[in-house]
Amino acid sequence: MSLKDMLPDYLAEFPKMGRADLRDFKKGIDESFRVFTRENGETIENFFYPLKMFMVWFEKLLLGTPWPLMIAVLCLLVWFGARSITMVIGTALALMLIGYLGMWDDTMRTLALVSVSTFVCIAIGIPVGILMSKSDRIQAVIVPILDIMQTIPAFVYLIPVLMLLGIGKVPGLIAVCIYAIPPVVRLTNLGIRLVDKDVLEAADAFGASPRQKMLKVQLPLALPNLFAGVNQTIMMALAMVVVASLIGAHGLGSNVLKAVNNQYLTLGMMNGLAIVAIAIVFDRVSQKFGKRLQKHSEKVHG
Amino acid sequence: MADNSIEVKGLYKIFGPHGEKYIQMVKDGISKDELNAKYGHVLGLKDINIKMPSAKIQVIMGLSGSGKSTMIRHINRLIEPTIGEVIYQGHDICKMSKSELLKFRRHKTAMVFQKFALLPHRTVIDNTLFGIELQGVSRGEAEERARHWLSRVGLDGFEDNYPNQLSGGMQQRVGLARALTNDADILLMDEAFSALDPLIRMDMQTILLELQEELHKTIVFITHDLDEALRLGDRIAILRDGEVIQQGTGQEIVLHPADAYISDFVKEVNRGRVIKVDTIMSPATTPPTLQIPTGSSLEFAAKKLTDSNETAAAITDTSGAAIGEISMKAVINAMVTPATY
Repeated sequence: MSLKDMLPDYLAEFPKMGRADLRDFKKGIDESFRVFTRENGETIENFFYPLKMFMVWFEKLLLGTPWPLMIAVLCLLVWFGARSITMVIGTALALMLIGYLGMWDDTMRTLALVSVSTFVCIAIGIPVGILMSKSDRIQAVIVPILDIMQTIPAFVYLIPVLMLLGIGKVPGLIAVCIYAIPPVVRLTNLGIRLVDKDVLEAADAFGASPRQKMLKVQLPLALPNLFAGVNQTIMMALAMVVVASLIGAHGLGSNVLKAVNNQYLTLGMMNGLAIVAIAIVFDRVSQKFGKRLQKHSEKVHG
Repeated sequence: MADNSIEVKGLYKIFGPHGEKYIQMVKDGISKDELNAKYGHVLGLKDINIKMPSAKIQVIMGLSGSGKSTMIRHINRLIEPTIGEVIYQGHDICKMSKSELLKFRRHKTAMVFQKFALLPHRTVIDNTLFGIELQGVSRGEAEERARHWLSRVGLDGFEDNYPNQLSGGMQQRVGLARALTNDADILLMDEAFSALDPLIRMDMQTILLELQEELHKTIVFITHDLDEALRLGDRIAILRDGEVIQQGTGQEIVLHPADAYISDFVKEVNRGRVIKVDTIMSPATTPPTLQIPTGSSLEFAAKKLTDSNETAAAITDTSGAAIGEISMKAVINAMVTPATY
C-alpha cells in the first residue's frame, strides 16, 4: 500500500485537463498555425528569397571552383587569419585527404552552409548584442529568449520552420542560425559591458558622442570577447549540420544521417571526422585571429 | 585674454534615486549619516560655493570620501548636480543641452585622471590625439599637434608604444599630453599625480608648473596631499564630508586654519616654503644691504640671510625699490609651527 492510496483522488492524481479538451487545445493551435502558414507562407518565403539566392550562389561558387584553387584560397585565408605555416600545411593535408576519400563536394556544401549561417549570425547577432549592452531592459527581454534558443531541443523548432518553409536550404540555414546565434549575441553584450568604466568616463570627458564611444572605445575593447563569441558560433553551426540535414541541408551532415539510418559505420566516421577537421581549422584560425587583434596587451611594462 | 573663471554656486549633490526630495532636509541640517540610515541617500556635496580664478590653479583638497572627485565631475557634468549652478563665461553648465555639453566638453575642457584612463588598444600617439579626433580635426594636423605635446612632456620616441608598455609615470605623461593637445581653456585634474611614486610626482608637478607659466589655463586640481596642494595651488579649497570648510591661498590656510581639523592638517607642513616674506615684513626703515625680492618664501630668505651673514634684509618690488624689511628673528619665528592652535 502506497501513500497515494490513502489520499483523496485530487491529491493522488494530478488534476489534469480533460482528454477531449487537451486534444482540442492542441488541435486548435496546430490548426491556427496551419492557417497562418497557408496565408503567410508565400510572404515569408519571399522574405527569405534573397538569402536563398545567396546561399545557392555561394554553394555553386564553392562547388564550381576547381579543387587546387579552392585549397589555395583556403590556405591563404588560414595564413591571413593565423599567420602559422604549420596550420596552412595542416589545412591543405586535411582538405586533400577529404577529397581523396570522396567527400569533396559534400564538404563544400557544408562549408557553404556554415559560412553563410555564421555570416547571418554575425550580421544579426552583433547589432542585437550592442542593443542589449545599451539597455538593461532590452537585456532582460533578450537573455531569456537566448536561454530558450540554446536549451530547446533542436527538433522542436524544426517543426514550425518546416511548416513555414518546407524542406530545403533556407530552413536548414534558419535552424542552424537559431542554434548558433546566442554566443555571439551574449559575448558582444558582455564584452561591451566589461569595458573599463574609467576609460568610458575619459571618453565622456573628452566629449565623445554615443556613436563615437561605441565605435572608438567600446567595440574595439570588446573585440576579444566578441571574437570568442564568433568562434563559439562557428563551432555550434558545425555541430548543427547533422540536425539541419534532417530538413534538407545537404552536405556532410546528410551523409552522417544516412549512416545512422543504415548502420554504415565507416561512412559515419569519415563524414564525422571531416566535420571535425573543418571545425579544428575554423576554431584555431578564429582564435589566433582574435588573439592577434589584442596585440596591444602582449608586451607589458616590467 | 578671455575670462575663463568658473563659479560654482549653491551646488548640492545627493546620490540616490530621489535626491531632489531631500534637498530641504539637507538645507535644514540633516547629517550625512542620518540621511543615509533613514532615507538611503548619500550626501555627496552640500552648498558648494567656489570662485575658481581664470588662468590660475585652483586646488580642491580633501581626504577620500570628502566629495572632491564628485565636485570636479560637476564642472564637465560627468555627474549631474541635484541643484546648483556652475557658471562659465555666462553659461550655466548644468543647464546645457546634450549637444551644447558635448561641444563644451570637446572644446573647453580636458581632463586628466587618477588611473590614467588611457585607451589600451591605441598607441601613445593615437591616445594623445583622441580628444581632437573627437573634435573632427584631420588626421595629419592631429598627429602634428599630438607629437608636439608628447615632446613637451618628454615622450619623444614613444609614439608607437602601447600604454601598457609604459611605466605609470610615463602613462600619466600621455594622459597630460592628451589633455593639453585638446587646447582647452579648462584643465581638470582628478588626483592626477596621486598614483605616482613621490619622486615622479614631484617631477610631474614641476612639468605642470612650467607649462602653466606659458599656458595660463584655468586648472582645477584635486588632491588629498596638502604638500601638493600648497605647491601647486594659487587657491585652495578644503572639503570635508561634502562641505567646503575653508578656502583661500595656501598661505592663508597655513597661517589661519579655520578649525582644529585643518590646523591638524597643516601642522606637518613646511611653513618656510609656504609663507611669503611679504606676510611678515615690517615697514621699511634704514635699508639693510641685503635685498630679497617680494614673493620669496621664508626658506629662501633664511638661506639668503645666513649665506650673507646678515640679520636683516630689505624686501624689494620688481623695480628694486624697498617695500619693507624682515629680520632673521621674524623669519625663524614664522617658520616654527605654533605649539598649539
